[in-house]
Amino acid sequence: MSTLVSLQSVVKRYQRGKQSVEVLHGVNLSIEQGEFLALMGPSGSGKTTLLNLIAGLDQPTEGEVTVAGERIDHLSGGKLAKWRARHIGFVFQFYNLLPVLSAARNVEVPLLLTNLSAAQRKQNVRAVLELVGLADRATHKPGELSGGQQQRVSIARALVADPTLLVCDEPTGDLDRENAEEILKLLQTLNRQQGKTIIMVTHDPLAADHAARILHVDKGRLVDSPVLSAA
Amino acid sequence: MKYFMLIWAGLWRKKTRTVLTMLSIVVAFLLFGLLQGINQGIKAGLGDTSNNRLWTTNRMSAINSIPVSLMDRMMTVKGVRNVAHLSFFGGYFQDAKNAIPAFATNIDKLAIIYPELNITQAQVAAMKATRPGALIGRPLAKKYGWKVGDKIPLGTTIWTNNDGSNNWAFDIVGIFDPLPGSHGNPLASAFWINYDYWDEARQFDKHRIHQFFVQVDDPAHSAVIAAQIDKLTENSFDETRTQTENAALQSRLKQFADINFIANAIVGAVMFTLLFLTANTMMQSVRERIPELAVLKTVGFTGAKVSVLVLIESLMLCLFAAVVGLILSAGAIKIVGSVLGPATLLPIVVIFGLVIAVALAIVSGLPPAMRAQRLNIVDALAGR
Repeated sequence: MSTLVSLQSVVKRYQRGKQSVEVLHGVNLSIEQGEFLALMGPSGSGKTTLLNLIAGLDQPTEGEVTVAGERIDHLSGGKLAKWRARHIGFVFQFYNLLPVLSAARNVEVPLLLTNLSAAQRKQNVRAVLELVGLADRATHKPGELSGGQQQRVSIARALVADPTLLVCDEPTGDLDRENAEEILKLLQTLNRQQGKTIIMVTHDPLAADHAARILHVDKGRLVDSPVLSAA
Repeated sequence: MKYFMLIWAGLWRKKTRTVLTMLSIVVAFLLFGLLQGINQGIKAGLGDTSNNRLWTTNRMSAINSIPVSLMDRMMTVKGVRNVAHLSFFGGYFQDAKNAIPAFATNIDKLAIIYPELNITQAQVAAMKATRPGALIGRPLAKKYGWKVGDKIPLGTTIWTNNDGSNNWAFDIVGIFDPLPGSHGNPLASAFWINYDYWDEARQFDKHRIHQFFVQVDDPAHSAVIAAQIDKLTENSFDETRTQTENAALQSRLKQFADINFIANAIVGAVMFTLLFLTANTMMQSVRERIPELAVLKTVGFTGAKVSVLVLIESLMLCLFAAVVGLILSAGAIKIVGSVLGPATLLPIVVIFGLVIAVALAIVSGLPPAMRAQRLNIVDALAGR
C-alpha cells in the first residue's frame, strides 16, 4: 500500500474577532491508499477541521498537506476546487442534497464538471444508484426519501465521479441505528470491494468500529497511535 | 447548457416568490413598452412632418385670427413658395358630442403644401366647382359612413351664417386617401371646406383666418424666412409667430403635457423600484441557498462558476419576464393606438427594453453573485 494522505506539522488557527484560536497543533498523519479510517473525538476537538484540510475545503495556517502526491496547502481557490472535483467525494451529516432536484439529478451534479456526454452521465448515475440500492428511487426528490435513502443518494453523489478519497463527516449522525448500520455497511463494502479510501469523522464508537483504523483527536492533537480495529 | 438544470432549479426553488417577482417585472415592462410606444409614436409623427413647412399664427394665441390679406404679403418674402391657410370651423355632426375636425382652407394650395394628404387635382377641381363642397379624409368617411354626393349638415359652436343660424350644410365632393404613414396626422382625417364660400356666408370675423401653412424653397432658410414673415406684422394689432411645423407641433403638445418627460419619469420610477424588488428577491434566494451553494463548491464548482450561475439565474428571471411584458405591451399599444392615435412599439424601444432588462439582471444579480463567489465553504456548511 502507498501513502495517499500525508500531513506534516499541520497547524490551523482561526481568527475569532481579535482573538486567534489554534485548533490544530502540529498534526502529523499518514493514511494509506485503500484505508478506512475513523477520526473520533469530542466536539470542538478539531476532527472536522482536520477532515476539511485533507479534503481541500480549508487550508492550514502552517505545515504541509499532500494528497495523492500533490501538495494542496498552497493551491489557490480555483485550483483547489478543480482538485476537489477530481479527487474528493464528500458525504455530509445532513446529506445536503439540492431539494428541487431528483435523486438522479443530485447525483449527476459532480459530473457536470466533467466532459462526459449527457448519455454517459446518465449511465454513470444509474450505475452508482444501483450500487447504493436506489435505482428505483432515481426520480424521487429528497423530500420524498427517508433519511437513510437521502444519505445513500449523498454517497452516490460522492462516488459518481470516481474520487480518489471518500470523506465522510458524521455520515450517520442524523440517522437511527438501523439506517446508520446500513450506511456503515455500505461504506465498508465500498472500502473492501471497490478499494475506496475512506476517512470518516464520527463520535459514535459503534460507527467507528466499522473502520479499519481509529484515530482520536483531542484538543487539536492526535492522541492515539494508529490502532487496527477488529473490523 | 448542462448547467441549465441547476439554474432552473434555483429559479423555481420558491415558486410563489418567483412568480410574483416575474409578474412585477412583466407589469413594469408592459408599462415601459406602452408609455415608450406612445411617446415614440408621437415623436415619429413629428418626425414625419416636413421641415420645409412653417406655421404662422397670431402671436397671442393660435385661436386668435389674423388677416387673410397677409397671404399676399407673405408671398413677397424671398424663399416663400406657397401659402395655404386654415380656419377652425368648430363643427359637430348631429350632436355637439360628435365633434368634427372641420377647417376652411384654400384647397389648391393645401394640396400642394401637404402632398401626403394625397388630394388629387380632380378633387381640387371638384371643390372649386362646388362652393359648399367638402373634401374629407378616408378615416373620417369610414367613421361616419359618408360617401361622395352626401349632403352633410354640420352644426358649429362658433360661427353664425347669414340666415342667423348655426346650421351649415356641405356636399361631399371627394374623399382623399392619405399616404401610408400620415394617418396619425390630424389633417389626414379632416373635413375641408372652401374658405371663400364659408367666409362669405359667416356673419363676423370676415377676411380673417387662424393659421397659415408656408412652404419654403429651402428648409435651411426657415429661420430667416420665419423672422421676415413675422416682421411683416411687427408693431401691428395682428403680430404673428412663425415656427417650423415640427417646433409648432412640439410646443402644442407641451401645452397639453410633456409626454416625453412623463413617460420617462414613470418608467424611471418603476424601474428604480423594480431594481430593489429584484435585488431583494435574488439576495433572499441566494441567502436561503447558502448551504446548497457551499455543496456545489465542495464538489468542485469554482467561485467564478457559482457566481455565473447566480447571474444567469437573475438574467433568466428578468429577461423572460421583460420579453413577456414587451409582448403584452405590443398588444396593449394596438388597443391604445386605435383610441389615442399614433402609438407604435418601435424595434428601438424593444431593444432598449431588453438592454434595461439585462442591466436590471446584472445590477440585481451582482451582489448575490459576488456573495456566492466569496462564500467560505467551511463557514457556510457550519451555518455561520
